[in-house]
Amino acid sequence: MSEIRQELQVAALKNGTVIDHIPTKKLFTVVSLLGLERMDCNITIGYNLNSEKLGKKGIIKIADKFFDDEEISRISVVAPHVKLNIIREYKVVEKKEVNMPEELKGIVKCANPKCITNNEPMPTLFHVIDKENCSLKCHYCEKELKKEDIVILQRRIL
Amino acid sequence: MENRSLVTIAEHSKEKILYLLEMAKQFENNPNRKILDGKVIATLFFEPSTRTRLSFETAVNRLGGRIIGFSDASTTSSSKGETLKDTIMMVSNYADLIIMRHYLEGAARYASEIAPIPIINAGDGANQHPSQTMLDLYSIQKTQGTLENLNIFLVGDLKYGRTVHSLIMAMRHFNPTFHFIAPDELKMPEEYKIYCNEHNINYVEHTDFNEEIIADADILYMTRVQRERFTDLMEYERVKNVYILRNKMLEHTRPNLRILHPLPRVNEIAYDVDDNEKAYYFQQARNGLFARQAIICDVLGITLDDIKE
Repeated sequence: MSEIRQELQVAALKNGTVIDHIPTKKLFTVVSLLGLERMDCNITIGYNLNSEKLGKKGIIKIADKFFDDEEISRISVVAPHVKLNIIREYKVVEKKEVNMPEELKGIVKCANPKCITNNEPMPTLFHVIDKENCSLKCHYCEKELKKEDIVILQRRIL
Repeated sequence: MENRSLVTIAEHSKEKILYLLEMAKQFENNPNRKILDGKVIATLFFEPSTRTRLSFETAVNRLGGRIIGFSDASTTSSSKGETLKDTIMMVSNYADLIIMRHYLEGAARYASEIAPIPIINAGDGANQHPSQTMLDLYSIQKTQGTLENLNIFLVGDLKYGRTVHSLIMAMRHFNPTFHFIAPDELKMPEEYKIYCNEHNINYVEHTDFNEEIIADADILYMTRVQRERFTDLMEYERVKNVYILRNKMLEHTRPNLRILHPLPRVNEIAYDVDDNEKAYYFQQARNGLFARQAIICDVLGITLDDIKE
């Protein structure tokens, strides 16, 4: 009988990005937000892993992929405290913490059915009013969106 | 190129507001001039609004400009499914300025971002109606001699009334004291009370509406309490006659008090008020002409100096 090891049984990344401390319930939303299902590179996804900090966490390891700030900011709406480890030659060369930007473009859907963004082919735009509580305000209809009403848009292939 | 569009008055500085009011005053002295000679202005009303449209069109006509446009989206290509963007881009080929009213919130903001010509928001859904606020400010300034330190009473539907929300935001520069008088179901929403707190605007809330309460008012801004807005119709029946202004209520009010209403008025101002010298709602509508002339000129880059006679 093989030993059950409480370790992630995956080869270390040579070059790429590790996204760690994803609240486990948000894992698949993050996968979708980053459009990972459309990528060709090697991706390892861990779900419901034990975590000291979060209890259960998710983790994503993507080989040969490095994210720019815009892509990272898309994650912040869903998972504000994830950490990114940038790996080169098997070493962690940089650690980044996700920060919510001041504006969110094309990520969140407006909850107001009478907003122009829900009736016209155009990207949404939200201003972040309160980062802690994740309060957003639609740039167009000016209505405020509370955290519980946030709906993330599926990334469209344009 | 600087975007001179007017989408909302909420971001206007104090100086800008006073500047536009000064322009409106020039136009009140003489509303008939040729400064828009050679200009074509489009009035695109995707949602009907006779009063606002006629006011804007008169403003253009009296300044020598020419008008194209429509007053109802059902007769246009919008009903064929044309996007707002395409309509705006198409009309931008013909006109120097677009004045638009739309039933969707944010439509004017969007148009101002994509159009190569300026946009004036004549009302976007339940969101903004900046020219109404400008004429309200003009009326207040004209009748009170100033905008500073006034007691402004807002009565009626404070929950859905976009004109009262906009007025609060525009008045933040002028140290007003607001009195909010409304039934519980239609009281001023929390977000505007928070706005007042953030901008050090004093306010008092009441549910009663009577002689004593309005005794110290400088401005009484009446709005209609609509049955359709009530989820509890028994509540509507209880309050429908409470927020009605009658002439005898005005006996002990200040001599400088003026009664404003964005119109149309139904029964919230009794007809016996019309002959009282404090009734100002029809002059208020007339001021819309001058306020709109000022707005139109400003977005076209015409300055106060250009129009001073």
